[in-house]
This record gives sequence, structure tokens and C-alpha cells, in this order.
Amino acid sequence: MNNELIVTSSPHVRARDSVQKIMWSVVIALLPAVFAAVYFFKARAISVILTAVAGAVLTEYIFQKIRKKQITLKDGSAVVTGLLLALTLPPAIPLWTAFFGSVVAIGLGKQVFGGIGQNPFNPALVGRAFLTAAYPVLMTTWTVDGVSSATPLSQMKMDGISTDSWNLFVGQIAGSLGETSALALLLGFAYLLYKGYVNWRIPLAMVGTVFLGSFAFGADPIFHLFAGGLMLGALFMATDMVSSPTTKLGRWIFGLGAGLLVVIIRLWGGYPEGVMYSILLMNTAVPLINRYTRPRSLGEVR
Amino acid sequence: MKALTFKQGIHPEYNKDLTKDKPLKNAKRPEEVIIPLKQHIGAPLKALVKKGDQVDLGQKIADSDSFVCAPIHASVSGTVKEIRKVTDPGGNIVDAVVIEAAEEDKLNSGLEKHDSLDQLDSASIRKIIREAGIVGMGGAMFPTHVKVSIPDDKEVDYVILNGAECEPYLTVDHRVMVERPKSIVFGLKALMKAADAPKGIIGIEENKPEAIESMQDAVAEENNIEVQTLETKYPQGGEKMLIEAILGREVPAGGLPLDVGVVVNNTSTAAAVADAIRDGKPLYERSISITGRGINSPQNLIYRIGTNIGDLVEEAGGLKEDAAKVITGGPMMGAAQKHLNVPGVKGTSGILVLVREEVENYEPSPCINCAKCVDACPMFLMPTQLVNYAKNDMVDELEEWQVLSCIECGSCSFVCPAKIPLVHHLRLGKAQVMAKKREEN
Repeated sequence: MNNELIVTSSPHVRARDSVQKIMWSVVIALLPAVFAAVYFFKARAISVILTAVAGAVLTEYIFQKIRKKQITLKDGSAVVTGLLLALTLPPAIPLWTAFFGSVVAIGLGKQVFGGIGQNPFNPALVGRAFLTAAYPVLMTTWTVDGVSSATPLSQMKMDGISTDSWNLFVGQIAGSLGETSALALLLGFAYLLYKGYVNWRIPLAMVGTVFLGSFAFGADPIFHLFAGGLMLGALFMATDMVSSPTTKLGRWIFGLGAGLLVVIIRLWGGYPEGVMYSILLMNTAVPLINRYTRPRSLGEVR
Repeated sequence: MKALTFKQGIHPEYNKDLTKDKPLKNAKRPEEVIIPLKQHIGAPLKALVKKGDQVDLGQKIADSDSFVCAPIHASVSGTVKEIRKVTDPGGNIVDAVVIEAAEEDKLNSGLEKHDSLDQLDSASIRKIIREAGIVGMGGAMFPTHVKVSIPDDKEVDYVILNGAECEPYLTVDHRVMVERPKSIVFGLKALMKAADAPKGIIGIEENKPEAIESMQDAVAEENNIEVQTLETKYPQGGEKMLIEAILGREVPAGGLPLDVGVVVNNTSTAAAVADAIRDGKPLYERSISITGRGINSPQNLIYRIGTNIGDLVEEAGGLKEDAAKVITGGPMMGAAQKHLNVPGVKGTSGILVLVREEVENYEPSPCINCAKCVDACPMFLMPTQLVNYAKNDMVDELEEWQVLSCIECGSCSFVCPAKIPLVHHLRLGKAQVMAKKREEN
């Protein structure tokens, strides 16, 4: 008979999910957008993406080494951050800038708070916010192969020129690497939904609010749905588990708030695009949202 | 009929095929039984026998004057060898009567036999249930006579029998429903009469079609009892979930099913009630599933209370080479055992043996706020938040966020991708709040 029985507290069976599986599934879900980026921006896309991912992974490694923590690169979370940041960058960005953005994303956005699970903000957006503030020109230069063009959102904002909806949807437009093709992003999101690794309330509320909001204020709702970083932000950044609410009602509120901020910034703000700031601002409200949206427990009398 | 259910919950692998078609059979009569003297929730008992006494099968060997308790009976005829401390399956150190079995059993319980309920009133049914030492056999071991003693200011309209058996692996209630449906119905009618409840419902999960059919046949003639199919989902058999699913009623926090006019009992408990009333047989044996990939020949047995679980394991072909974890009860709420030298008690419904590859060591990683636990909790608590409070001794917050409502079903730990032992922390959190409450009083 076996005399070394294992004793732990119940339950004695567990679901097969793991943080690692979730993170790598997000990477897989971003692949259609990566392929779209490579299709539209060719080799340039590959080098920006690889640089950003390398920057994120390296920074994570160095921080964990310095802090004498377990090296957790294989959990995939740094790869996700690097990849997401890359997808928000203009294709023409100098590679060192992309690298620097990833260093800030992981360093300031994640590791200073204690690493995975502790960051109040989406790390990729912290990186992007830093680059936008530090290198505004590089971050808004939409030049590919020497031909410069404006994004649909700034064309709309500056000159009142609209872009064909179908081109917006498939990604036949100027813009950041990953925000051009809504189709590719939706494909990836569908995969995550199927795996049960993403919640749908935040993106539905966010996209719905932008749609209805822009419609209500006389803008073209279809245009605002597929232009700029809304799809990328709503599907993959606002849904970042660590920095979004844990209650169902909280997720609706989070998405609604982020959507409202997008509409306000796009229609009346100084920037053509507001997805990044709207998500970062809502990130700050998460603890408060969780606190006030605790569900009524079964049998609880309030 | 539409299968009903509660909101949220989880879908573990059920693994009931190992034993669901194995008929119940009597385990070998043990040569010695070690009967713990506390096999219920409530007041401790006093031994009624001493070393050297001759006892008969079914003879009461421990009792108390308290209301909330259930007496204990000899599970073999024989000689009391000693009374000593043992560790029960729950890990508690309790007094136990050790009886050396005689050649033959002679039933002598002092309980009368009644062929029908007609000549019994509710008080006398409750008395029989008490004297037979019947407790909730799903595992909680709450005295059944207390459950059906309805205070004057309360009224009960339903007795629900829990045949959900939502714990993975276990198939005892299933077998009892398939093999002894008439006894279950008789027991249910007795419980209804005892609680003065006009209606009875037997709730069974969809994954037990034979049990559903068997019980439906058995209640065909009854006009106030029905079988309700339930969706297969854990923890469907939790009494609050059962009541929510079947009647749409919410048991108030800190309250009892009684507060919403319901009494819930296990199907096996109902069968035990029938045995006590019709055969004068107290609760000295019960059925158990010996199962899991670490058992050579999984099966369902009927064993005498106080049988060493090691003997039961041997009877099921013994442990396999790679057996790594032995659990009394099911995998979700059962207790892991250090060794097999533990007596089976009234609430021991299963012995589950997992093999090494099934018990990989879980190294918890930081919470990523995925909220899978929040979405799984059948009580609508926020486990991730409560764990933070528990770790930081934030007792007021624990209480405010309803930690005491936790039913410890383990759904949160089950779904957690970071493998955090959430329910373990919640138990500690509950203890913190209870300690504070005791201090205040």
C-alpha cells in the first residue's frame, strides 16, 4: 500500500485553465491582426512587432532578475503586452522607439506595481501613452514606403473627409499596425469568446456606446465604429482582465464609460482619437466600480 | 419536463461511469468496528456502554439529552473491547467505541416495526427518526429529526428530496434510487408527515436517467409527490441551489430552508427513515461508492458504520500502484486522508482514490482578476475580493461582503486559472468573522 498519500484541502479536482493558457490564447487571438498588419505594411510590420515583443520580454526578464523573483516569461503575459503595444504603433515608427515603448509598458506599467495581476492600468496603453507624450510627431506620422497619408479619423477631424466603410472594415486604410482591419480583430475575439477567456460585456457596451453616441450627435456611427483604435481597444485592451472590473454590472459600466469618453474626445476633444485615454481613465475607476457593483448574494437582504 | 437549475455554478467532469452500473452489495462483515461517538452536527453524546459489555446489532451505544443530536448504535453484535480516541474522516479527534464482532448478528434495536404510516402521528415519526440516529447522509450529518421539527411560527409546504448527487464520481444516491425507489418514497411520505408538509418533490440531475425513471415509476400512484429533473451542474445538490432551482425561492442569508417553507433531505436519508419505521432498523449501515482511477475494482458497497475504510478499499480490489490521494466523500467537498486507518461514519458516502497524474501539485500564481470565480459562485459572492480581505485580516469587510454566506462548495477554487485555493481562504475568512462575533458576545 502507498504510505505517502497527499493531503490538501478540497476541492481535489481543478479545471484545466491556467493563466498561461489564457495569455497564449490572447496571443493566438491577435494573430489575424498580425497577419493583416503584415499584409498591409509588409516587412515593416514584422520588424516593429518583433522589436516591441522583444522589448517587453527583455524588460520583464530584467526586472524579475533584479527583484530576485521567479522568471515567469513563459506565462506569456509580456508577449501579450509587447504585441498589443506594437499593434497600436504607426508602421513607420523607428524601431528604437517601439523598443523603448515596450520597456516603459512593462517597467512602469506592470513591474513597478509588482508584476502580473497587480497593474492598475493596461501596460500596453501605458507604453503607448508614454510614446504619445514623448514623441508626438513619430506617433502620428503615417508614412509607408515614403508615401504619407492621414488616418481616416484625422481626415475626418481636420478636413471633414469620410472614408469608405468597407475599406475601414477590412483595413484598406492608413493607421496603426493593428487597428486597420476590424475584421481580423473580430476573428481573434471570436476565438477568445469560444475559449471563454474574454468577457463580452465590456466591448459590447463600449462599441455600442460609441455607435449610439456618435449617431446621437450627428456623426457617422459606422465610420466611428471601424475607424481608429476602437476595435483593438474595445476587444483586446478594455477587456484586459487585470485592469477591468470583476462584476457583470461593473463591466457594463466600464464599457459604457470608456465608450462615452471616446465619443467626447473624438467629437469635441483636441485629438482625433481617444480610445487610449478613455480606457486608461476607466482603469482608474475599477476599484470604485467593483466596490459599488457587488452583486446581491443569494438570500442577502439589502 | 424541462430540467431546472440555479444560476452560475460549474461543470466538472462527472466520472460516474466507473460505478454507476455496479449494484449495491453488502461489504464483508467486519471483525471489528470502531464507532466514533460523534457523527452529527450538534451536542456531544455520552457512551451508554463500557469495556466488556455485550452489545446487540442496532443497540444504542451513545446518546444525550440535548435536542440537536443523533444517538449512535452498534453496527455488529459483539463485545465492547475498549473506548478510545480516534481520528474521524473529518480530522476530528473523538471518542469511539471499539466492538469486536461476535459470530452472528442479532438485531435488537428496541424500535417497533410499522407497515404503514397510518397509525403514526408526526411526533411519533420524529421520535422514531431520532431514536434510529438518522442524520443527513449527503455528508453534512445534521440530525434529521431536528430538520423536520417545525417551530410553531413556521409552516412547511414542501419536503424536497435531494437526488441530485452533484458531487463527481459518487453514485450511491443513484444506486439507492434505482434499487430502492419504494423505500425512498415511503421515507419521503414519513418526512412529509413529520414536517406536516403537503407536498414532496424529488430532484434528480439529468445525468441519471435510470434513477429518474425508477423514481417516476415509484411515484406514479402518488398525487402529491413528483420527480423534478435538474440540469447537471455543480453544486446542484446544495440545499439553497435546490430550492432556488425547483421552487424559485431564496433562503435568506443566515436563515434555513424552513424560512421559505421547505425541508430538504437526501434520498438515501429517506431510505434510512423507511428502514427505521418499517424494519425497526437504526442507521448502522449505509451505502458508499469506492471509486476513482486509483482503485482496482470500483464498486458500490453497503458497509457497517465503523468499518475501517482500508478494509473497504481492499474489498474494492485495493489501491493501484500510482494511487496518490484518498478522499472520503466526493472530489469537490470531500476530505483527503493521511492514511486508510479511519472508520467510515454516517456521512461517508464515498472513498475516492486519485492517481498521481490527477493530483499534480498546484502552484498558485498571482490573481489576474479574471473573475471566473465571481462568475462561478452559486451564492453570488466575490471570492477574489474576499480572499484579499481574508489575507489582510479585514474582518469588517469580510462580513459586509457576505463571507458567511459561503457554502464552501469549492466552485471558485475549481475554476481559478491561477490555481489559488480560494475556498480555503474563504473558510479562514469565515472563521475570522465568527471569532469576532464570539468576542462581541
